Amino acid sequence: MRGVGGFCAAVCVGLLAVGLARAAAPAAPGVNDTCLACHGDKDAKGGDGKSIAVEATTFARSVHGEMHLKCTDCHGDVSAQKLPHPEKPRPVECANCHQKAVAEYRSTVHGIARKGGNNVAATCTDCHGLHDIKRAKDPASRTNHANLEATCGKCHGNDAMVASAKLPGGNIVTQFHDSIHGKALSGAAAGSAPTCTNCHGAHTIRAKSEPESATNRARIPDTCGACHQKERAQFATSQHGKMRLEGNLAAPGCNDCHSAHRIQQHSVASFQTEVIKECGNCHSDYLSTYRDTFHGQVTALGYARMATCASCHGSHEILPASDPASTVSAQNRLKTCQKCHAGATVNFASFDPHANRHDRAGNPLYYFSALFMKWLLIGVISFFGLHTLLWLGRSLRARFARGSDSGKPGE
Amino acid sequence: MSSPGSSSLAAAGAHAAPAAGRYYRRFTRTERILHSVLMLTFVGCALTGLPLLFSDKPWATALARLLGGFEVAGAIHRICAFGMLAMFACHLVTLIRRGIANKSILGIVWGPDSMVPQPQDAIDLYKHVKWFLGRGPQPKFDRWTYWEKFDYWAVFWGMAIIGGSGLLLWFPVFFAKFLPGWMFNIAALVHGEEALLAVAFIFTIHFYNGHVRPERFPMDTVIFTGRISEHELKHERAVEYERLRREGRLAAYEAPPPTLEAQVWGWFVGGAALLLGIVAIVLIVYSLVH
Repeated sequence: MRGVGGFCAAVCVGLLAVGLARAAAPAAPGVNDTCLACHGDKDAKGGDGKSIAVEATTFARSVHGEMHLKCTDCHGDVSAQKLPHPEKPRPVECANCHQKAVAEYRSTVHGIARKGGNNVAATCTDCHGLHDIKRAKDPASRTNHANLEATCGKCHGNDAMVASAKLPGGNIVTQFHDSIHGKALSGAAAGSAPTCTNCHGAHTIRAKSEPESATNRARIPDTCGACHQKERAQFATSQHGKMRLEGNLAAPGCNDCHSAHRIQQHSVASFQTEVIKECGNCHSDYLSTYRDTFHGQVTALGYARMATCASCHGSHEILPASDPASTVSAQNRLKTCQKCHAGATVNFASFDPHANRHDRAGNPLYYFSALFMKWLLIGVISFFGLHTLLWLGRSLRARFARGSDSGKPGE
Repeated sequence: MSSPGSSSLAAAGAHAAPAAGRYYRRFTRTERILHSVLMLTFVGCALTGLPLLFSDKPWATALARLLGGFEVAGAIHRICAFGMLAMFACHLVTLIRRGIANKSILGIVWGPDSMVPQPQDAIDLYKHVKWFLGRGPQPKFDRWTYWEKFDYWAVFWGMAIIGGSGLLLWFPVFFAKFLPGWMFNIAALVHGEEALLAVAFIFTIHFYNGHVRPERFPMDTVIFTGRISEHELKHERAVEYERLRREGRLAAYEAPPPTLEAQVWGWFVGGAALLLGIVAIVLIVYSLVH
């Protein structure tokens, strides 16, 4: 929604600017030609050997070129009348025109990092370009919805940059590219699939530690919920959602199960089997007893056909067994088993899917069965193991003692 | 694959060709077939079941995939389980038929041809351990030794425990019509634990006793050929030999030398089972240590 609004605003401002520029254009012919006399040479280099070339057609097709801006509109300390200009003109101040955008930028994670002395954090030109800046709605623009992944990826998808600047999360753009959102961006619904800025914002992008950040732990359900409204509503009524409403942010949010940048479609087997471990981060006892069952063993091998946590407990709507509305409440448990086990009976549903072999008080029969089996194994293997070792020693000794004898057993 | 294969073929030929010396029948054809079925189905169940017991280990994932995924592994497991139960039923039928033929079950439940443990077995164990420790002469054994009887009854115990629990787990909806839920918890527990015991026992103790101990290394094919040489009968089953000679029944047990087919089957299939078993033990021990 914010994206569409932004586009509209950009279009209006753009049209207005073009109109004004057209009106003003004929008044100042020749300034750009003067500059291009030197800078139009594609091999032009400054004193430090860096290219100072500007391609005339690239600029002409840029949003500023279309508005017929003069070079000196941005490079304000250079005058076509006073040449040659100083070797190092002052940096361009985008804020001269884009006051609001630059003010917003200063409070972003990039702006704050720059202010703190970080000289690689993205600034205006890193995202928007230099002489080739285009409107965001232009498919060729760096800030077009379709191109943002690549634009952010210049830094956040670049292993060398990620390592040297210690960018949080590692190479998140590569992760994102293979996610359901990343894949959707190259599919039929590309226009409605989210890209970086849909979750992080553009001129509002903030570190997740900041309370007003769209990716702050407390705000993530709302950020994801902007698109996933049904899940957002379900989640609010779940145990995890309720805990969060009470201010307990240890309760999981969307990204704890789905991850942030690696999000997979929920029907993908690897997601279904991997997410079990996320449940186990808090519910470790239940994970370990689950792994003792056939369900848990098959899913541990990577096959999602057996029940995972969510198969019985639900996902966004998880409620404790004590809540009658829970899928595993006494009232609903049988129905839940029957989802897979057609014809299951009340007896069937009294199977304990989390039987704990160490819980002597809670499940003595199971505890002692496990203990018996354990000692039976240890007993049999120890007895015959010792028997075997003694026998082996005796046989070898008998063999060596006999030497070249015919191989008669016995003394 | 080809070089050990050809060498064992040569070895098998060498065993079968020289009919020097007499041979006696130790196992009937039915017994040999039943053991082969038991062996193949056991290895089948073990290979397809072990990945579940060690599902958190990378080798388990690899093995499950190698077997064609958990659905295929599950199908193999059930086919083998059915084969094993059928084998067990056939064995019970042969016992009943023997009882009918002899018009008595006495020979089945007591005496030298019976698998039922008897006082002599306790004495043999005691004497055998004394010999291990160098405190007495090596005991002489009759037809079935105490460790062979243990192997035999372990199968009975395993059939009841693993077979019974396995059926519960195979048809849970049916059995839950009349059995409580906790039975399935116990069934799942003992199925895995008892299977681990069976695998650990067969692939170490049974293989050692039957095959890889110095007297028999690398393997003994008597269970596949059914034939025991006069030399071995005299020395390893001295009591039996003496008894048969005394009773004048020795000639009745005399048999032609092992056939080439039986030898080859023994060397190949028995050897393959032996190798698979050793690999399984290495994996289990590795997993338990790590």
